[in-house]
Amino acid sequence: MSNNDQKRKAEAAKEKKATFGEDIELQKFGQGRKDIAEEKNLENLSEEDRKTLLNVGVIPSEEGRAGSFLLMDNSVVHQRQMASGVEVMNLQGALKVHDWLKPYSWNAVAPDADKYTSRTFLEDADGYFIHALPGQKIVNPVQTCLMLKSKETAQTVHNIIIVDEGAEMEVVTGCSTSKHVDKALHLGISEFYIKKNAKLTFTMIHNWAENIGVRPRTVVKMEEGATFINNYVSMKPVKTIQTYPTAFMDGANGVCSFNTVAVAHPGSEMDMGSRVMLNAPNCKAEIVSRTITTGGVMIARGRMVGAASNVKGHLECKGLILNEKGVQLAIPELEARVADVEMTHEAAVGKIAQDQVEYLMSRGLTEDEAVGIIVRGFLDVGIRGLPPQLKAEIDETMEQINLAKM
Amino acid sequence: MGWVGIQGKGENILEIENLSVEVGGREVLHDVNLSVMSGYTNVLFGPNGSGKSTLLMTIMGFGGYKVTKGRIMFQGEDITHKNVAERAQMGIGLMMQRPPNLVGVQLGTLVKTMTKGRVKPDALAKELDLTNFLTRDVNVGFSGGEIKRSELLQLTAQNPCFVMLDEPESGVDIVSIDKVGTKVHDLLVGTSCAGKMDRSGKASLVITHTGQILDYVNADRGYVMCKGTVACSGNPRELLHEIRTKGYDECISCNIRRRSPQPLKIEEA
Repeated sequence: MSNNDQKRKAEAAKEKKATFGEDIELQKFGQGRKDIAEEKNLENLSEEDRKTLLNVGVIPSEEGRAGSFLLMDNSVVHQRQMASGVEVMNLQGALKVHDWLKPYSWNAVAPDADKYTSRTFLEDADGYFIHALPGQKIVNPVQTCLMLKSKETAQTVHNIIIVDEGAEMEVVTGCSTSKHVDKALHLGISEFYIKKNAKLTFTMIHNWAENIGVRPRTVVKMEEGATFINNYVSMKPVKTIQTYPTAFMDGANGVCSFNTVAVAHPGSEMDMGSRVMLNAPNCKAEIVSRTITTGGVMIARGRMVGAASNVKGHLECKGLILNEKGVQLAIPELEARVADVEMTHEAAVGKIAQDQVEYLMSRGLTEDEAVGIIVRGFLDVGIRGLPPQLKAEIDETMEQINLAKM
Repeated sequence: MGWVGIQGKGENILEIENLSVEVGGREVLHDVNLSVMSGYTNVLFGPNGSGKSTLLMTIMGFGGYKVTKGRIMFQGEDITHKNVAERAQMGIGLMMQRPPNLVGVQLGTLVKTMTKGRVKPDALAKELDLTNFLTRDVNVGFSGGEIKRSELLQLTAQNPCFVMLDEPESGVDIVSIDKVGTKVHDLLVGTSCAGKMDRSGKASLVITHTGQILDYVNADRGYVMCKGTVACSGNPRELLHEIRTKGYDECISCNIRRRSPQPLKIEEA
C-alpha cells in the first residue's frame, strides 16, 4: 500500500472509536514536545528523571545493558548502542538509513485501526528501532524508556523491533510519567517481527499516574520456530489503559507466552487483553494474567485462535478483589478452526481464600502480613520468568502499594 | 487431683470449659471439658469423625468453627474470641491435617517471614529432608508425608509453648517416621519456647490413631473423644491398649475411667 493510500485511510479514521475502552477526546490533548534537548549521558539527567528511570527498570549508568533509548514526550533524548550485533536508534533515523526497513513500518499495525493509530500515523511519530542481527545472541538486555514530561499533551510513539533469523534478544521497556504531569496521554504503536528460530523476551513496566490515559497498540509477527515471551507489569494508579497486544504465529513450531501482572487502584480502569493467533502447525501459546483490584475496574481479556493442526494453548486469568468497590471481569475466549487443537482456559475471580490467611496467621503472622504474602505470591506466579534485577524492583513496588491499607 | 508440679510443671496452660462448637450450622462439639498442664504431653484418641480435629482447629481459632457455648482459657486468659494470630503470638501452634496450598509462597520464604528472619530454614530443612522443598510453594504438590514434614519444619521454627499435632505420623513412610518422630520429640521436650511461659516447659495435645508417635514421645495423659465430646481420660498407654484390643465402644462405655478433668486454679508465679 502506498504511503498516500495509508494517509488517506488514516485521515478517514481520525474519529474512529476503538472497540474497547473509554473513548478519549484526542483534540483535548496537544502534540507532544519535540524540542527537549538531547542528553548523551543518562547520569546527567535530573535526580527526579533518573529515579523515574530506575523505577521502571532502566539503569541510568547503562551498566549491563546492550543499548538504551529514551523518549521524553515526542523528543528523542538519548540513544546508545553498546553491544555488537544489535542496532538501537530512533525509528525515523533508521528509516532514513535503511531502505529495507520501510515495508516493516505500519505493516503489522494498520494506520486506520482506530483514532489512536490514526493520530500516531499522521504525526509521523518517532520511537525506537531495535534490530538484532542474524544469528546474534545479545547477552544483555536493551533498555528503553518512554516518559511523559508535559501536561495536557499526547505522546505519540512508533516502535519497531526486528529479531533476525536465529538471533536472541531481551528488551526492557519502562513507561513512566514525570512527577508534576497531571493529565496526559500515551499512544504507543509497536510492531515486532521475530524471524525464523529467533527469540524475543519483551518486558514492559508501566508506571503511570492518576490522570493518565494509555492506548498501546502492539502486533507481533512470528515466523517458523520463533519464540516470544511478553511480560507486562503495571502496579501504579492510572486513569485508563486499554491494550490488546496480538501475536500472529505464522510459522510452524512457534512458542508464545504472555504474562500480565496488574493492579487496578481506585479510579483506574484497566482493560487488558492478550491475543494469540495460532496459524501454523505445532505452535504453542500460553496467556497468564494475575490481576488485583483495590477499588478500580479490571478487565482481563484473553483470546486464542487455533487455526492449524496440533497447536496447543492455555489461557489463565485470575483476579483478586481486595476492596468491595472494585470490579473484576475475566473474559477468556478460545476459538478452534480445525479439529486437531488442544486449548484450555481457567478463569477465577474473587477474594483471598480465608483458610490461607488463617493458616498463615496460625504461624504468628498478622492478618495484614498474611494478606500481603498471599497477594505477593499470587502476583509472583505471573512474573516468574522475569530477570532477577527487575523482580527486585517489582518487589519494592509491591511493598510500596501497602496492601494493609487496601 | 494427684498431679504434682515438678520443675514448672503443674499449672494448667489450657483449660476448655463446657465448649460447644458449630461448623456450617451444625453442632459438632458438645460440652467439651479438657485441661492441659504445662509440661505435659497429652494424647487425643477417638474414632473418625469424633471431633478431634475440630477441637484443635477451634483451639487455634479458625473462622469456620463457631463457639456457641463455654470458653477456652490459655495461660489464665480467656482466648475464646481472640483471632488466630493473637493465639499464635501467645504461644499456640498447630500441625494441620490438611493445610491449604499457598501458590506463589515458597516454604523458605514463609519460615523467614514468620520468624522475622531469626530462623535460617536450611539446617532445619536438612534434618527433615526438605532441602529441595524450601524453594517450592507451600503444600503445592506435596505428598501426605511431605506435608507432615513441612508442617513440622514450620512448627519447629515457630517454637510454640503449646503444640497441637493432628496425626503427625499419618502418611509418613517407614524411613521418614524416625526423623519425624525424633523431631516431634525435640519439639515437645524443648524447654524454651515462644510466648510468656518460656520457663515452664512445653505442653502438647497430639491426635493419634495408631499410637506410633508414642514410641517417640513420653505421653502423660490420654483423652478419648467420641460423638463430639470427651468420653474418658486416663493413662495413654492403657487407653491405647484397650482401644486396640476392645475397640472404641468398650473404652467409651467404661465408666470407671470417666471423669472430666476439673480445671485447676492458676497460681500466679
